[in-house]
Amino acid sequence: MDIKICSEAFDPWQEIQSHQHSVADIAGKFGATNIFIGTMRDFNEGDDVKGMTLEHYPGMTEKQLGKIVAEALQQWPVIDALVVHRVGDILPNEPIVLVAVWTSHRGDAFDASRYIMEALKSRAPFWKKELLESEVERWLVKNTDGYL
Amino acid sequence: MSIKVRYFASLKESIGRSEDILGLAGMATVGDVWRYANPNKALPDNTLAAVNMDYVELSSPVKDGDEVAFFPPVTGG
Repeated sequence: MDIKICSEAFDPWQEIQSHQHSVADIAGKFGATNIFIGTMRDFNEGDDVKGMTLEHYPGMTEKQLGKIVAEALQQWPVIDALVVHRVGDILPNEPIVLVAVWTSHRGDAFDASRYIMEALKSRAPFWKKELLESEVERWLVKNTDGYL
Repeated sequence: MSIKVRYFASLKESIGRSEDILGLAGMATVGDVWRYANPNKALPDNTLAAVNMDYVELSSPVKDGDEVAFFPPVTGG
């Protein structure tokens, strides 16, 4: 299991590969890997967005993410999990979050990664402030339900 | 005998401070901490609170050495 907070841009595909290679004992054990990547859009609520700053609460963020992953491990037979989240100044098209879950079978991989992602959205202390093309800065007030 | 109070994101900007160090006298709960630290400002609706990096209710107790935090709903991911 690994939880990482990144202050620089990260490559989610590289993170998945290096994690998988670093835990050699899972080789041959997993039949399913489910991956969620959240990426910054250049639009929100009808406005053009040119950048974003992601604030977090160092220490509490890691603690809450650790609890969320532990809860997923109690509910599903997860072999391994990786959570990477960006903080600091972010540009459109840069990844914000990666959740990867390795399990024996696909149903557990889908369900556990969904659980981790939804719990992260409601409980991990991160806050987004958008910089619009109009130079206006605005804090996001709440997350959406995840559908258009 | 003191507690550290931390503020984040839009709440930090609206009160103009990121933290306070307070004496514990007269404070029994997390709600007391807010009222003592911000006597002229009502706690905004939907504000979340934590003690020692775990979520708590405003009625939760505080003790010497605690780190109390107040912040708006989270918007990561």
